[in-house]
Amino acid sequence: MKPNQRYSLAALAQGALRNHQNWDRAWQSPPLKPQYDVVIIGGGGHGLATAYYLAKNHGIRKIAVLEKNWIGGGNSGRNTAIIRSNYLRQDSIRFFDKSVQLYETLSRELNYNIMFSQRSEVDILLTNTSMRNMRRRCFNMNLQGVDFKMLSADEVRQRIPVLAPMKECRLPILGGSVQSRAGIARHDAIVWGYARAASAYGVDIIQNVVITGIRRAENGEISGLNTDRGLIKTNKIATAAGGENSSVAEMAGIRLPLQTFNLQAFVSEPIKPVLDVVVNCPDLQVYLSHSDKGELVVGGITDAQQISFRRGGKLAVLDSTVAGLLELFPTFRRLKLMRQWGGALEFARDGSPIISLTPIKGFYVSAGWWGGFKAIPAGGLTLAHTIAKDEPHPLSACYRLNRFDTMNFLMESGTTVPIH
Amino acid sequence: MLLIRCPWCGLRSESEFHCNGEVRPIRPHSSSLTDQQSVQHTCDRLNFKGWIEEDWCHSKGCGEWFRLNRHTVTHEIDQD
Amino acid sequence: MSIRSNRIAGGDLIVRSQKIRFEFNGRKYTGFQGDTLASALMANGIDFVSRSFKYHRPRGFSASGYADVSSMVQIDGDEDTPNVLASVTPLSEGLTARSVNCWPSLEFDVGTALRLLSPIIPAGFYYKTFMWPHWHLFEPFIRKIAGFGNAPNSIPVRCFGKSYDYCDVLIVGAGPSGLSAGLAASRSGARVILADDMLQPGGGLLSSSATIDGKSGIEWVSEVVEELDANPSVTRLQNATAWGYLEGNHVVISERSPTPENLLRRSRRVWAKQVIIATGAFERPIVFENNDRPGVMQASAVSSYIRNYAVKPGQKAVVFTNNNSAYRTVSDLSRAGISIAAVVDVRSRVDDHVVKVASQATDFYQDSIVQTVYGNKRVTGVGIRSRETGRIKRKIDCDLVCVSGGWNPIVHLFSQSGGSLDYNEQIHAFIPAQLLQKSLVAGAARGRFNLRDSLRDGFEAGKLAAETIGLPVQAQPSLKVIDRFDAEYSIEEFWSVPPINRLGKAFVDLAGDVTVNDLHLALREGYESIEHLKRYTTAGMGLDQGKTANVTAIGIVAKHAGVSMAEVGTTTFRPPYTPVEFGEFAGSCTEDVVLPYRYTPMTEWHKSAGAVMFEAGARWVRPSYYPLSGESMDQAIQRECRTVRQGVGIYDGSPLAKFAIKGADSETLLDLMYTNSFQNLDIQQGKYGVMLHEDGRIFDDGVTFRLSDDEYLMSGATGNGILLETRLDSFINVERPDLNVLFTPVTSQWANATVCGPLARTLLESVESDINFAADAFPFMHMREGVFADMSVRIFRVSFTGELSFEINTPARYGLDLWTHLIKAGDQFDICPIGSEANHVLRVEKGFISLGHEVDGTIDPYDLGMAWIVSKKKSDFIGMKAMQIRRKNDDTRQHLIGLLPINSSELLPEGAPLISTIKSTRAEGFVSASVWSSTLDRTIALGLLANGRERLDETVYANANGTIIPAIVCKPIFYDSDGRKMRM
Repeated sequence: MKPNQRYSLAALAQGALRNHQNWDRAWQSPPLKPQYDVVIIGGGGHGLATAYYLAKNHGIRKIAVLEKNWIGGGNSGRNTAIIRSNYLRQDSIRFFDKSVQLYETLSRELNYNIMFSQRSEVDILLTNTSMRNMRRRCFNMNLQGVDFKMLSADEVRQRIPVLAPMKECRLPILGGSVQSRAGIARHDAIVWGYARAASAYGVDIIQNVVITGIRRAENGEISGLNTDRGLIKTNKIATAAGGENSSVAEMAGIRLPLQTFNLQAFVSEPIKPVLDVVVNCPDLQVYLSHSDKGELVVGGITDAQQISFRRGGKLAVLDSTVAGLLELFPTFRRLKLMRQWGGALEFARDGSPIISLTPIKGFYVSAGWWGGFKAIPAGGLTLAHTIAKDEPHPLSACYRLNRFDTMNFLMESGTTVPIH
Repeated sequence: MLLIRCPWCGLRSESEFHCNGEVRPIRPHSSSLTDQQSVQHTCDRLNFKGWIEEDWCHSKGCGEWFRLNRHTVTHEIDQD
Repeated sequence: MSIRSNRIAGGDLIVRSQKIRFEFNGRKYTGFQGDTLASALMANGIDFVSRSFKYHRPRGFSASGYADVSSMVQIDGDEDTPNVLASVTPLSEGLTARSVNCWPSLEFDVGTALRLLSPIIPAGFYYKTFMWPHWHLFEPFIRKIAGFGNAPNSIPVRCFGKSYDYCDVLIVGAGPSGLSAGLAASRSGARVILADDMLQPGGGLLSSSATIDGKSGIEWVSEVVEELDANPSVTRLQNATAWGYLEGNHVVISERSPTPENLLRRSRRVWAKQVIIATGAFERPIVFENNDRPGVMQASAVSSYIRNYAVKPGQKAVVFTNNNSAYRTVSDLSRAGISIAAVVDVRSRVDDHVVKVASQATDFYQDSIVQTVYGNKRVTGVGIRSRETGRIKRKIDCDLVCVSGGWNPIVHLFSQSGGSLDYNEQIHAFIPAQLLQKSLVAGAARGRFNLRDSLRDGFEAGKLAAETIGLPVQAQPSLKVIDRFDAEYSIEEFWSVPPINRLGKAFVDLAGDVTVNDLHLALREGYESIEHLKRYTTAGMGLDQGKTANVTAIGIVAKHAGVSMAEVGTTTFRPPYTPVEFGEFAGSCTEDVVLPYRYTPMTEWHKSAGAVMFEAGARWVRPSYYPLSGESMDQAIQRECRTVRQGVGIYDGSPLAKFAIKGADSETLLDLMYTNSFQNLDIQQGKYGVMLHEDGRIFDDGVTFRLSDDEYLMSGATGNGILLETRLDSFINVERPDLNVLFTPVTSQWANATVCGPLARTLLESVESDINFAADAFPFMHMREGVFADMSVRIFRVSFTGELSFEINTPARYGLDLWTHLIKAGDQFDICPIGSEANHVLRVEKGFISLGHEVDGTIDPYDLGMAWIVSKKKSDFIGMKAMQIRRKNDDTRQHLIGLLPINSSELLPEGAPLISTIKSTRAEGFVSASVWSSTLDRTIALGLLANGRERLDETVYANANGTIIPAIVCKPIFYDSDGRKMRM
């Protein structure tokens, strides 16, 4: 393994003297080898983080991350970059807060500035139902020692001065809540940072490779996989392929309790700072932040009626998200929507993710992520543990696949998860 | 947005309809299922790229239920 | 102070008789009707209008129309809008605009200090630094300098509209091909919509010198427009951008000057049988050092300003090109009296026609390139060199550089429609290849840059589109096009001139300040995929969404990596094509239409009685409590509770979800939906039921009455109305279509006034009615139909409060009459209205479950201690099997329990987790409902607790954000445990 050159202000200054000719590749582009100890399918945040922790924490060296297109091209690069751990259930709070903790030191650990801006997330609550749900969530968060606090309507307005003034606001703000350690990060940087750090440990990151089949030995265990570049031998395969996990699992011969839906987001034109916190309004089903580049990044609800692998988005869903946005911020009417996109997200039956062993020995899954961006470090950490030790990590045991066999769901109520 | 043909009302905007998901067999009687079959019936849904037959309802119109074929990647609709 | 005027004679689009006053950066100017803000500024000698995104460099007008990325201004006043392109903004009286991204002023901008830092802030610099000690120290500074204009401070006076349109043929673009397509399609009788994003129709024809059948371009355009406008089946939209081509041949158009005038914008959503994409082409730049200086412009834009607006963009020009089209501009410059210092052509061989045109310039350099531009706030000259040697051969003084790097067909809409692109080696551009939807591409949008071809192509497309839908069109005799400049379009592939000076900046993307060096750095660092490159350098992610930059960036990457353009490929073309105001998506869906409230027939009465109203779930507005004067909320609630327990109260139960069910299989349906049996229910008898999801969790509960042999009335939780309707509908249509049963939601058809308390019967008996209210004649869980105070009613004996209770239902239109009659009749019994808060207290005293409190989406009837409601005889109901399977495998269920705080005046906060020792962090349950009971004169609560039924009398602790409150576990019922009172 070859250590990466160090990124710093001094290095940039040196680079300036050399016209920046001095910079190495961020990650290597090696040829595909015929055999690996672990193969990870999917070069998104989760796949790359898993490879990194496998190498760093478990000393496994022969690891490949296989990506169908370009790394970070799936949901890792198509989200609203919000990081938070304000969940209802104890198990979820512990898992997601571990992720926030890892994010807090990630820039320096990876030596890649992921620009984690802990500007806090403020929930704006318009109904008694959401006030009640959020209060319960608040108690549970505090029991776990995780910062979270309820706010009065006035405190909400102080933190978000651009909100519609009271007299113009038809839907009265009853109150709010805030997690001050929550925030946003630069999504591409997390992918590239993990890729660079994993690459330094000798992880092979292979882009533009298509998996055509998964091979199992006579005893049913994983023995390798077929790709458009030939056969790879391996006894351990993990799928972290976002909306494609169902297809990968199908190749391995199991069915995952997942459905893939479309979720869309959009950004405004760049404007000078108007919003200092991440805003979430569960009642209007809209959430947004103001990026460092000056764009308002806005997300809304999932189109949970129809399964869809398409990355566009329905106009009617966009309309209703914007209507919600303008209800809170009527002065934004003449701001312009500059870019809109959609992602294919997987939902498990109970809305919680799956980080797990499977009935097939040597086959592991990280799936069912929607809002999985915030879980990348903890997802990678725990999946790496699961792969290396062949047992669940204590933090992700609640996300085991076989909970569906007994229908012991991990329900996060107050979420917008579709339950048919 | 798509235009969908309601058997009663003709071509209407997709936003008038409710999609109920894949066409499934009539709900089986609980006593006819093993535990495993019951779990499958409850949790397993189709999730693949390609044509899928679905139940739709003209919920914001006449309320009629009908079936159509929809492609889960292109969203094309085949109603004949 | 006199201002240099750049206005010359001519100008086809301006009306000199109509002067328009406007203001820019605090100074007043005048222009003419027909001007854009850009042309008017340029006419007034203003060429420096904004500061760039990253380096705060001076920027002027780089192009015309939507290809311009640098003339960004903020509009002030009533039309307060950020980031508006001066080049597409029609000049209007009193328009007030100012420069963006500069402080304190455009001329003296503090941000220009960033230029000193520019060597150490190449692409992606922020990924490499600001990590120590913490990003938070640097972020505020970065945020402040990023972004362009300011968000508006006010809500616009005018409103936004939406319309949904249908047509046979939608044509996007009213240039030569779009207009020709319009002629053909409209002559077939087809319903046509023709949308064009410029202020006037004509596209490239407006600044063309060609004649068509002896008419000038503008004359031909007005004739065509006249014919189209006379045809009632044609809708022509001007200043309207088709920004999205969505699935289902659905195109979204942003109309910027809709009628009526009180509309600011209209979003037209058009379903077309055929779409003709005639969007034309953009001229693209050549990238060289300082190619962003005010005075460096696209050649075609220079022609357009001269011909259309009679504005001279400079006094002395240099033309730099790799193709023939720029020579039109050479002629235009010469006619406008602008001296042409040099024509610089990268090609070593050009045809004679071109050489002839070039002779109008002082010098003609072939096989040469512009290496750099001199000047800061305005071009003062260029340095040129031959292609082989690296040294600058000559410096030429000039104040205008007209650049043409060739033309890119505008393929955004086509690409959004799902069509694929090919790279064409003849014209060195991406052109449409495979279609996915029902569309045709015509004219320059598919690389037909020649006017004659374009006209023919458009007509053919219009004819084909009409014929595809069965409407024949007569062929048109071919048009006679005469163009003084008749050289065929030819081009040599040429993208960029890397700066010699390592600090030099040659911009690929002016919108995001991305340079050639940035692209090279990104490639060196392995960001090789075009998507990585775009994200790392931000090329093509600025306000113009890469309209001018993308193909050039691809060209530079292909050259650098030694691969073909096709191999590099394009990035995704995402909607919208041009930015769209948020208001257009919401349309009129604002204020009352967003999350609309629902009211009952009695709402106004509650308000006038002084009730505090609130949203009680599912958008129903209900009375929370009715304070008397001087009464606190708690006092009011306690008084209301005492009234129900001791006298008689009345509440508005109208929002309760109600469904009429009819058919021979109604009973079977109920038996499947509910866990308990509905066999042998008497007519006019009711039963409480619990309904599960198929996965065994509780979904809903409510009482169902049998109305006749095959007719039932089902009720459900107020907040569940819509979900319950969807569930019933899909169940009887999809899961069990064999059942002979129908249902109708009737929630809003019935008003419900519920009279409750020990005196309820006495009150009802005092009112004239044909119903016998005696206990033995009208027992609990029964209903009666009849006449009550001259109103037809259904009365149900159901109790949510635990007291004797009658739910009186009447058709909604009599609701208020019924209510006021009861209030009046109840006066002698001191009746008072009861709000939701008191209702909540009363139900907690009784231990009745409630959706969203105890029923939190995880529990089943056994958890609630309601084993009695799960039928042991039935072999099937929804959720039965799942519940069994789960219970077999999970022995740590939480049970419904009661809680008595040890300090009887201390309230347990609702939602607080329950722990078994003070220090524990393991939640074993939670407080689901907690109230002050005036009946018991103490606080009580309900909760869910792991294995709670076995833990009666144990002390547990509620941990409310660190405040620990001990409570004793008890049975979940605090009042009238044998239920005698409600059965009275």
